[in-house]
Amino acid sequence: MALYDARRRSNTIVMGLCVAASAFGLAFLVLILLALLWNGLAGLTPSVFIEMTPPPGSSGGLLNAILGSLIMTVLGVAFGAPLGMLAGTYMAEYGRYSKLTFFVRFINDILLSAPSIIVGLFVYEVIVVRMGHFSGIAGAIALAVIVVPVVVRTTEDMLLLVPGPLREAATALGLPRSHMIIRVAYRAARAGLVTGVLLAVARVSGETAPLLFTALNNQFLSTNLNAPMASVPAVIFQFALSPYRDWQQLAWTGALIITFAVLALSITARVLARQRIAK
Amino acid sequence: MSLVMDVPAAQSMSRSDLPEKVSVRHLSFFYGETEALKSISLPLHRNEVTAFIGPSGCGKSTLLRVLNRMYDLYPNQRAEGEVLLDGENILSPDQDLNLLRARVGMVFQKPTPFPMSIYDNIAFGIKLYERMNKAELDRRVEEALRGAALWNEVKDKLGASGLSLSGGQQQRLCIARTVAIHPEVILFDEPCSALDPISTAKIEELIDELSEQYTIAIVTHNMQQAARVSEYAAFMYLGELIEFDRTRRVFTSPEKKQTQDYITGRFG
Repeated sequence: MALYDARRRSNTIVMGLCVAASAFGLAFLVLILLALLWNGLAGLTPSVFIEMTPPPGSSGGLLNAILGSLIMTVLGVAFGAPLGMLAGTYMAEYGRYSKLTFFVRFINDILLSAPSIIVGLFVYEVIVVRMGHFSGIAGAIALAVIVVPVVVRTTEDMLLLVPGPLREAATALGLPRSHMIIRVAYRAARAGLVTGVLLAVARVSGETAPLLFTALNNQFLSTNLNAPMASVPAVIFQFALSPYRDWQQLAWTGALIITFAVLALSITARVLARQRIAK
Repeated sequence: MSLVMDVPAAQSMSRSDLPEKVSVRHLSFFYGETEALKSISLPLHRNEVTAFIGPSGCGKSTLLRVLNRMYDLYPNQRAEGEVLLDGENILSPDQDLNLLRARVGMVFQKPTPFPMSIYDNIAFGIKLYERMNKAELDRRVEEALRGAALWNEVKDKLGASGLSLSGGQQQRLCIARTVAIHPEVILFDEPCSALDPISTAKIEELIDELSEQYTIAIVTHNMQQAARVSEYAAFMYLGELIEFDRTRRVFTSPEKKQTQDYITGRFG
């Protein structure tokens, strides 16, 4: 009985430590969210969504930044996601046992954790310098470079979760491998694949560093991919560092918008992932 | 069909009338360096059920997976010897694997319905090889489901997911999917080991009916099942074929002591 009591005590202690650690971590998250809501909600007016970023001392909104972020994120994912899915498909289906896959997976993991500012510098060197100016397209390419490793990883992982017997069953019907992958494996992993892309979107929509070196920023509404383009994170960066009150207010509001957009995407991704498991 | 034929009669028959649908000749199989099958030779008789029995690891599933070259999916696996399907060696490098697998269907241990509707599970394979209109396709789907004794249970919910069926129904769906593309040989890899006795009885009945049209090979751990469904039985042990004969003979008067020990439950 003494042994059992001792075990119960140690269980309570470990449990207490776990709860404390979780509370410690979550407290910061809650504090950040509260600060965001407190400071951001104050400036959340319709004009944020319909006016351009203002010069110092006058009122304005974030329309050009929001639009720029949307354009570059959509383009970045449109470039990066198919590339990542194809690579992930190769690794999980065609080259599962090849050395190349092992090598690619290793490089991909490095890329996955590479600081995004390096991606920005890389695209700056390769594209911005050659073009001679900052541009929206360079920003989209930088985001695509960040999307690729995320999607490669999730695509490979999700396809590896598709049970081997399902693959064999499709093969046993005489399906060519490409059919087997598209009609059976993709279908079985569908929710997981979508989740991967959504997570990549969430990841890049908050990226600042790669855009500072590529798309820079733009005071005006511009959909010209060949010219500098505004983005919410870049505007937050610039405005938060400024001494002007209304700029700082807009930075808070921008931060609030982007945080909740990412939160919504993450929740959608989780819900989809759960559906996959429920099936 | 009689097993014993005099030679001139056999020669005068056309290839497709030969009693041996599949002839395995001196087949050896390797997983890397490990020899899993050691020079196996046996026939699969046309429109008969042949059971592969033996303890775990004896190579019976390996043998089955050579017959549709499923092992080609994996690296470092290779087969030596000959497997003749209607007289043609399917181990030849020229063999088109997709066409081979359309002729030699396979049903697996665990039911593997595709993540799509019941209808599509069946129609999927058919559309791969034949072009037809909707009405014809509907007819073929129904024919396949009837053939697998599943039609009455699913005819009102063909649009439901194949995954919504019970285990036994899923397995019959997989059989329907296999017969839908009109193969010539069907391989069953322990098709009932994940099923309850009632579902098992249904599948066994089905295998019996299917043997009127198809040449069938079945791997089973269940001695009674082998005795119930098969006409011929191959007893394998440690990668070697110990005995091949009519099932009745293998079970009542086996020639080898090892066979007798196994079927009477003394080892394995």
